[in-house]
Amino acid sequence: MGFEILGDIRKDYVYDLIGSGKRIDGRGFQEYREISLDRNLISKAEGSALVRIGDTAVLVGVKLEPGEPFSDAPDKGVIMTNAEFRPGASPDFEPGPPDENSIELARIVDRGIRGSEALDLPKLCITPGEKVWMTFIDVHILDNDGNLVDAAALGAIAALQQIRIPNERYGVSGEETLPLRDTPVAVTIAEIGGNFLVDPNLYEESAASSKVTVISNADGSLSGMQKSGSGGLKEEDIIEMVEIGVGKAREIREKYLSA
Amino acid sequence: MKEEGVQLIVDGKRLDGRGLEDLRPIKIEVGVLKRADGSCYVELGKNKAIAAVYGPREMHPRHFQDAKMARITYRYNMAPFSVDERKRPGPDRRSVEISKVSREALDPVVIKEYYPKTAIDVYVELLQSDAGTRTAGINAASVALAAAGIPMRDLVSSVAVGKIEGQVALDLNALEDNYGEADMPVAMIARTDTFTMLQMDGRFTTDEWKRGLALAKTACHQIYELQRQALIEKYSESIVEGVV
Repeated sequence: MGFEILGDIRKDYVYDLIGSGKRIDGRGFQEYREISLDRNLISKAEGSALVRIGDTAVLVGVKLEPGEPFSDAPDKGVIMTNAEFRPGASPDFEPGPPDENSIELARIVDRGIRGSEALDLPKLCITPGEKVWMTFIDVHILDNDGNLVDAAALGAIAALQQIRIPNERYGVSGEETLPLRDTPVAVTIAEIGGNFLVDPNLYEESAASSKVTVISNADGSLSGMQKSGSGGLKEEDIIEMVEIGVGKAREIREKYLSA
Repeated sequence: MKEEGVQLIVDGKRLDGRGLEDLRPIKIEVGVLKRADGSCYVELGKNKAIAAVYGPREMHPRHFQDAKMARITYRYNMAPFSVDERKRPGPDRRSVEISKVSREALDPVVIKEYYPKTAIDVYVELLQSDAGTRTAGINAASVALAAAGIPMRDLVSSVAVGKIEGQVALDLNALEDNYGEADMPVAMIARTDTFTMLQMDGRFTTDEWKRGLALAKTACHQIYELQRQALIEKYSESIVEGVV
């Protein structure tokens, strides 16, 4: 296909540029794109956030509904994370059931929230063994210019920060708000020709041999990690990526998630 | 993740008698299936995994073909009876993600450029699962690829490290995984110390995580030796019999 040739040329261009110390959009290697975060745009959702990172746009909505707990955790609420790569977000996205990329993204976001224990799951129990709050985190990709994982993870935690528990709608009594216990932030770093680039855009993602998403918490501990892509990485590479990721996460947390 | 009530470490030993840095017993057998081009059976503690490899063969559907190289497909599948509570047959979200990262773990070692437009299909069946299944699967798949005669730069070896009772521990079993605080499966090309898979969930401090990564690296070298031995054993036997 013609597009593949164009894609290869662009990939080479991005690659060569990085070799000479520059990024396609003029950023420094460890510079994040401009982030914007709008909360509560969706009044029907119990919590929502629209995250823009450069031209990437991701809307995350959280809905709560009473449901049955899992048998191995009868007194805990349930988290379910799903991601939809909507066709309007990219000519490469097609309608239909989630593919491996959207499943992977949803599972990374889910892992960060679960690992950090940000959501107080015992507090989402209504009647032990019978009824708990099912917390549905739905990630809607609106526009893809790369680094969807970070945008989705930031949107998810921002949406969760202000959830209103719909007690009244379901005739349940209890607290209306649920303060989070942590603020996990995902930072993705791409490896291109031995260089580490924070927040890769779409073109950079296509030139990257692998990406590592590092999810870290307020105390600097790690609550999730995922390498994706076919490249290999040395131990010292990964350690450096984690350091970069934890540092960037701290900046993002202070700027966008501190109350 | 954290649960109370189960003591996983008694007098410095884990419940199955291992130390914190010990692997479970591993058994690797090459060429266990008749029809596949290459196959391998791996036991890792109570895990039992079979990998079957077909190819390079024609890629279907054709629009998935890559004009420049072969494409690897990887299907990780857990048998319904492989776990305590029956698993509904067929792919689920977990197995889709595991298949993706496992494929990417093997991708860098296969010399795909030799076989443009073809498919190399890897099927991994978990007959019994006891945590660490994706690592057992990758270890089996890597050997099965070699057994299928597919040109490779090296084998890929895989292991997980986790955290139990606040301590970094190698290769968690299912009980430890259920009550553990973190889990990090990795895959590595042992000869060059290059990581090709890295996942983590739960909670690690960065120091624990670094120790875990180093521990996993050492363990991958041990597994690599076992994989190599299994291949040598199989094919030196064939030479003696005059098969090859």
